[in-house]
Amino acid sequence: MLSRRQLLRSARDGTLVFGSAALGSYLGLPRSSWAEAMAPVTPGVSAGTEASARLVALPGKVPLIKLTYRPPNFETPLKYFNDVLTPNDAFFVRFHLAVIPEVAVATWKLSVKGDAVTSAAEYTLDELKTGFEQVEIVAVNQCSGNRRGLARPHVPGIQWGYGAMGNARWKGVRLKDVLDKAGVKDDAVEVGFDGADHALIGQTPDFVKSIPIWRALDENTLLAWDMNGEPLPHWNGFPLRLVVPGWTGTYWIKLLTSIEVRSKPLNEFWMTSAYRLPKGIFPVVRGFTSQATDINTPITEIVTNSLITNLVDGDKVAAGRSLEVKGIAWDGGFGIDTVEASVDAGQSWRPAALGEDLGRFSFRPWSYQFVPEAGTHVVMVKATNRLGQSQPREAIPNPAGYHHNPVQTISIVAA
Amino acid sequence: MRALMMLAALLIAAPAAAGEQDIVLREGQGRDLVAANCQICHSLDYIQINSPFLDQKKWEATVTKMIERYGAPIDPANMPAIVSYLSTNYGSKGTP
Repeated sequence: MLSRRQLLRSARDGTLVFGSAALGSYLGLPRSSWAEAMAPVTPGVSAGTEASARLVALPGKVPLIKLTYRPPNFETPLKYFNDVLTPNDAFFVRFHLAVIPEVAVATWKLSVKGDAVTSAAEYTLDELKTGFEQVEIVAVNQCSGNRRGLARPHVPGIQWGYGAMGNARWKGVRLKDVLDKAGVKDDAVEVGFDGADHALIGQTPDFVKSIPIWRALDENTLLAWDMNGEPLPHWNGFPLRLVVPGWTGTYWIKLLTSIEVRSKPLNEFWMTSAYRLPKGIFPVVRGFTSQATDINTPITEIVTNSLITNLVDGDKVAAGRSLEVKGIAWDGGFGIDTVEASVDAGQSWRPAALGEDLGRFSFRPWSYQFVPEAGTHVVMVKATNRLGQSQPREAIPNPAGYHHNPVQTISIVAA
Repeated sequence: MRALMMLAALLIAAPAAAGEQDIVLREGQGRDLVAANCQICHSLDYIQINSPFLDQKKWEATVTKMIERYGAPIDPANMPAIVSYLSTNYGSKGTP
């Protein structure tokens, strides 16, 4: 086994990388996860992303598409979305700040405080687990900037392809139950959240977020310690994270340490400057009015979207034989109503068969079968939710490249 | 699992993440200055992925954002050299 000093030296020399043989051997990982490989990036991301992305395994994870090492931003390769629940060890990793402490449950505490609660409280993980009813929900956790790398023109930020999202069965307690016990005052407008991660330098704004009080008291908003039947991975928020089904991942604070019930809106960089959309360009059923201005508003509800998971642009298939096109569809928690496929470049559309229903916040699998004749086929897919919200033909431009959900189009060649 | 946890703790304590030492920015005037300033807060692959689609004006806006919004301790006197390196080596060179 390598000593700490040897590890540090090889890290400094650049001979130690996640995915290197030395580290793979040290960790006892299978050989297949050692080799550093060019990553299977989503077609359409920038040339610089294609050239620099790598398949790299963080400790406890399978190799994911490394976009940035520090803070760690790793996306899930497409193949994992063939399962309706995304495996924990393949679930994407997204951090804003570089210092991500290993939390020791023995000393960790969650504080509930603020000027709009009657009695502040502190909980250990055991106290949370035993003090409140435990509930489960399957929900999509999707980064606001998922598919930013496909925006045209390209916009700066993490250049995500398809994989800054995942679907998991979250177990925890209702935030509402914890807040009710603390006693929410009538003047509460927002609930703020902070996690144990922080920046390397003090001048960088800490990553803190808030949600409206009505969203905090929604029965689906959870404090979760368990993901797909196991404790949250460190990289996904161990020991506790906020789960806000239907809303983008920016609110799902990881390594959660404090909950603050506020009578005033949270006036911090990550609320007032980041994660905002020009007003009115995307459908929103219930907005975040305490943080809205005349010109822009926080991103909230996930837009209706779909993805082909078993084929990529340019794939070659057998002519004259039945071909299954399969994938997933999801939305802001209203539930997928229909998924339609076209195999003639959008001239005609047919319904796809919907698969297992794990609830309105989950990925909904779908499949469509057809027999391709020899030649090129332009395959398209679009989902519509129960409110009638569907996908646009072209992405809706916005400064940060959020909510990328145009109808997906791929070409396949049958021979 | 214990080995994993120990290793993770070790790496997190270090300012740099394992792997990022392998990133090599393009040769060019100002490269060392860019590396020294930018990797105070983040690995240098942030530059690589955001290329080549930002022109000089947008690279300048990006560096300004790092200073004003994220508190990057960059000496204003070094701004022109940093922006020049980024737009020369990782810029769009006028192509949209």
